[in-house]
Amino acid sequence: MKFCVCIKQVPDVAAHVQTGRMVLNAYDASAVEAALQLTEAHGGTVHLVLAGPDAAKETIRKALAMGADEATHLVTASDMDSYAVSSLLAEHFEDGDYDVILTGKQSQDTDAGLAGSMLAEHLGRVYATNAVGLAVEGENTLLVTRQGDAGQEIIALPTPCLVTCSNDMNDPRIPSLKGIMASKKKPLNVQAVTPGPGRSELHDTQAPPERKPGIRIDGEPAEQASHLVHLLQDEAGVL
Amino acid sequence: MNTILVAAAVQDGRLKRSTFEVMARAREVAAETGSEVVAAVLHPTARDLAPDLMRHGAVRVYVVEDPVFDRHVNVPVIDALERVVKAALPRLVVAPSTEAFKDVMGALAVRLGAGALPDVSEFGVDGDSVVAVRPVMAAKMLARVSSREPLVLVSVRSGSYEASASPVEGEIVPVDFSCDAGTLRQTLREVLSSGDGEVDLSEARVVVAAGRGIRDEAGRDLVLELADATGAAIGASRAVVETGLFPATAQIGQTGKVVAPDLYFAVGISGAIQHVAGMVNSRVIVAINKDPDAPIFDYATYGIVGDAFKVLPPLIEALRDAGKT
Ligand SMILES: Cc1cc2nc3c(=O)[nH]c(=O)nc-3n(C[C@H](O)[C@H](O)[C@H](O)COP(=O)(O)OP(=O)(O)OC[C@H]3O[C@@H](n4cnc5c(N)ncnc54)[C@H](O)[C@@H]3O)c2cc1C
Repeated sequence: MKFCVCIKQVPDVAAHVQTGRMVLNAYDASAVEAALQLTEAHGGTVHLVLAGPDAAKETIRKALAMGADEATHLVTASDMDSYAVSSLLAEHFEDGDYDVILTGKQSQDTDAGLAGSMLAEHLGRVYATNAVGLAVEGENTLLVTRQGDAGQEIIALPTPCLVTCSNDMNDPRIPSLKGIMASKKKPLNVQAVTPGPGRSELHDTQAPPERKPGIRIDGEPAEQASHLVHLLQDEAGVL
Repeated sequence: MNTILVAAAVQDGRLKRSTFEVMARAREVAAETGSEVVAAVLHPTARDLAPDLMRHGAVRVYVVEDPVFDRHVNVPVIDALERVVKAALPRLVVAPSTEAFKDVMGALAVRLGAGALPDVSEFGVDGDSVVAVRPVMAAKMLARVSSREPLVLVSVRSGSYEASASPVEGEIVPVDFSCDAGTLRQTLREVLSSGDGEVDLSEARVVVAAGRGIRDEAGRDLVLELADATGAAIGASRAVVETGLFPATAQIGQTGKVVAPDLYFAVGISGAIQHVAGMVNSRVIVAINKDPDAPIFDYATYGIVGDAFKVLPPLIEALRDAGKT
């Protein structure tokens, strides 16, 4: 099967101080890993597409080093909301014949989780979100296990389809030195693009109000237990 | 008059409490903007759920009844909600941010030409904009966002608003819909359910969450007992879900569920940012961890530095005793 994985470069949200370090979105890394595993087992190719600034090239190289075959970089410095990104990607996919499009289930920075299903609707593809398992069945069916509200749902999707991936699906491989060397020779198609308008605005971001400092409860376990129950009852009023 | 449509969240034939949380806020926004609140329910016997929505202020309840809605499949949900929106012509569609709604929200927004503000913790209307606040950067920051589209979809994190009743004499509006399973291009093969009638995480007033510090079955039994003693739902960190001791449905955090109960016990959880993202809005947080420097203590209302295997037995006993009085 022919896969295309949509990837994004995001700030490292786990860093204690924001250093401006940018990384491959963890959910997208799992999508790349899933595509690589399925093509290794069943044959096929893995393409990548990234919409973002010139500096995001680094992230594309990383995903190529994991083992993807080729990539397209849609270069734009504009800030895009989910709608603008999905519209841009939809144009890109107009003349592609991918059996499966994969995306991360959300971006680690915005946690919006909309672009995948928006893209599926633009393209008229069947889709599943929040996949934690992916298998190929026969010639043209993908078996998706998705994490739902109360359990896991197993869905058979005929290709062409789109799936958004959770990082609970796999542990993405770390590129090997050989992979890194090979990535430099892989085809990277660079196109300058101008995204269309979005449908939402971001005004500002602020730190949330701080939580009141807490209380440490010392003593032997039995003392700690009774002290805590007392506080929960009389101070917090939650029991 | 403008309309605010609440898309109800149904699980196991019941309306989830998050539906009523959203209804309560929708009524406030309606009062501020001179709008009315209506609701939509998709379920094989949706009609039965209408009275409860009227009790929470829905002047009209659009019911879409079809056996396909017994379990979640995205195509018919998108089709049905599209029909309801075309009948109700709302300014705003609001829904609890369940996995089911997250699954359809983007596609529905494109289908309807609507703006979308997902997973918000606050929303309102300001002039011609729908405005909202949403946690970003693994909930380390809050973003103010808005959309000026004539129709905007909003999904709301559970626990963001307090549910309250406000009965009205409502009307049931049946929406014509039928789904031919044969034309569905996708098929739901199986649902592996992990909830055996335990308390639902996103509904629970108390959550007991286990981390990797709960390393074995004996630890799990203690956690289950603590949950039993407090009437709590069971949560888990990603690391302990990976060990197989707890089901993936229990995972709380950036990848897992977002909860905001009155009381959250974090037992043997280090407090990684991606876990905190899913529980930081809990009212009271109790952390039990043997490492005094664990980041979870930065968020804890009450912190116990200690071995969970030693602290939990007397704690369970003390809580049971407290429950008796
Ligand atoms: C994109 C992304 C998304 C993620 N999403 C999630 C998510 O949704 N939810 C989530 O939880 N994680 C998520 N993670 C993983 C997260 O980064 C952490 O790895 C995870 O939360 C750690 O779980 P933990 O606290 O149980 O384990 P650890 O970090 O290993 O902590 C175990 C803790 O137990 C304590 N302990 C050990 N023994 C005892 C004892 N006997 N008594 C008391 N305390 C003890 C230790 O002191 C330690 O603090 C995500 C990561 C990424 C990259």
